Amino acid sequence: MIPARRGWFGALLVAALALALLFLTLPIVAIFVDTGPLDLVSSLGEEGALEALRLSLLCSATAIVIIVLVGTPAAYLLAMRRFRGRAAIVTLVELPLVLPPAVAGIGLLAALGPNGILGGVVKDAGLELVLTTTGVILALTFVAAPFYLRQAQAGFEAVDPTWLDASRTLGASEARTFLRVAIPAAGPGLIAGLALAWGRALGEFGATLMFAGSFRGITQTVPLAIYERFSTDFTGALALSAVLVAVSAALLLSVKLLSGSAWLGGAAR
Amino acid sequence: MLLVASFTAASACGDDEGAGPERPRLTVSAAASLKQAFTAYGQGFEDASARFSFAGSDELAAQIRQGVEPDVFAAANTKLPDQLFAAGLVEKPTVFAGNRLVLAVPADGAEVASLSDLEQDGVKLAVGSGDVPIGSYTRTVLEKLPAARSRAILENVRTEEPDVAGITGKLTQGAVDAGFLYVTDVRGTGGRLRAIELPAELQPSVAYGVAVVKGSEQPEAARAFIAGLLDGAGAQALGDAGFEPPPGP
Repeated sequence: MIPARRGWFGALLVAALALALLFLTLPIVAIFVDTGPLDLVSSLGEEGALEALRLSLLCSATAIVIIVLVGTPAAYLLAMRRFRGRAAIVTLVELPLVLPPAVAGIGLLAALGPNGILGGVVKDAGLELVLTTTGVILALTFVAAPFYLRQAQAGFEAVDPTWLDASRTLGASEARTFLRVAIPAAGPGLIAGLALAWGRALGEFGATLMFAGSFRGITQTVPLAIYERFSTDFTGALALSAVLVAVSAALLLSVKLLSGSAWLGGAAR
Repeated sequence: MLLVASFTAASACGDDEGAGPERPRLTVSAAASLKQAFTAYGQGFEDASARFSFAGSDELAAQIRQGVEPDVFAAANTKLPDQLFAAGLVEKPTVFAGNRLVLAVPADGAEVASLSDLEQDGVKLAVGSGDVPIGSYTRTVLEKLPAARSRAILENVRTEEPDVAGITGKLTQGAVDAGFLYVTDVRGTGGRLRAIELPAELQPSVAYGVAVVKGSEQPEAARAFIAGLLDGAGAQALGDAGFEPPPGP
């Protein structure tokens, strides 16, 4: 820890934090300055707004369930085992983190679109992905999963290995050790990853537009609805943005509170 | 995070000072459908180094209303430039080109061969969203059809795209079977899409308007750019891309 002392370096740190805080909060403050609570409520009454919010919550929640179900064991394996090519796999899994959303959208089309490399397989399986709600979920899963995987892996790596050994020594199976010891102990990391991934999924725009298109009630999530309003109804776009900020902030806050209790729970075990 | 923020700030300042006095920089906000013609015109434009921002006309107009100041605004209709003129944000607009709306389908294996095919169940259609010119022209066309036919077509719409690039992309990727586009967009795909002409009585009058944005620091170059669109290299590039002369009043 850096002692809170005077001096030029201390002043520099404070100035840097102040600048960062100002820069990062100003746009969010501006959204709310122009939007009264009444605007928020009335914007939700507008045609398509509630539909977009419902769709955003539904798709992001579904994506998160998929991500947690598949990502938790995958991250556990990456955290626990040392094997050849592990570093390469970790890098590949994290790659979508740095991909521009438009690249993600193009990539999904090239892979799973009707003309994509697996397009025939998708069609034969009777699935329709592009321009459907399923396509939205797929796009959100793709862009958000790495956020969870990364945090979950770090969370598992931070678990004291002696706890896991103790569990095994006491006769618990690998699966039981994973479920009853590793997951609770890594809880705060998993929940933090879940929050990040969910936030990313809620805000997803580019990959959704490219892969799933924009249609009210089917594929038009809140960010796409904001974009549609931007040109003709800036106030409406601002109000809908404020709604998204509020939902995301509520999500982040509740997860922080939850992870606080999960941490206590984990420590008590 | 902080480093990124301060570097961005520093480089943004440097950028302003870096604009050389020799060749001014001209920023042109133009409808996405103008992309190929304007890019070709811009490369040979000598009065300034032209920099383009292509997007849906409505979105570019919204940016100008929010205080973004390009030097030139070129839209796929005359309504948006006229509105900005009325709001005192641009100088008097000029009509510089015309275009035709067509039904675009993949060149190979198209399931749609005519407008009436769009009414069939299961056909997937991409249109522009209601605010972007391509979308409002499309709705004008559909409104001229009997209500039952236009309803059947609208029920097959799978996506409402923010600009023509989105519609073209969905078509070339096979995500939809057909879409309403300008004839120039179909030409721009180099043979991957095929245009089905609309009956003359349905064809809307598609006129492109352009204006110098008020507050432009390069009004001379901006006017020269617009003059070239009416008569000169710009008009040539527009003709090459398949645009028509401005429609009569």
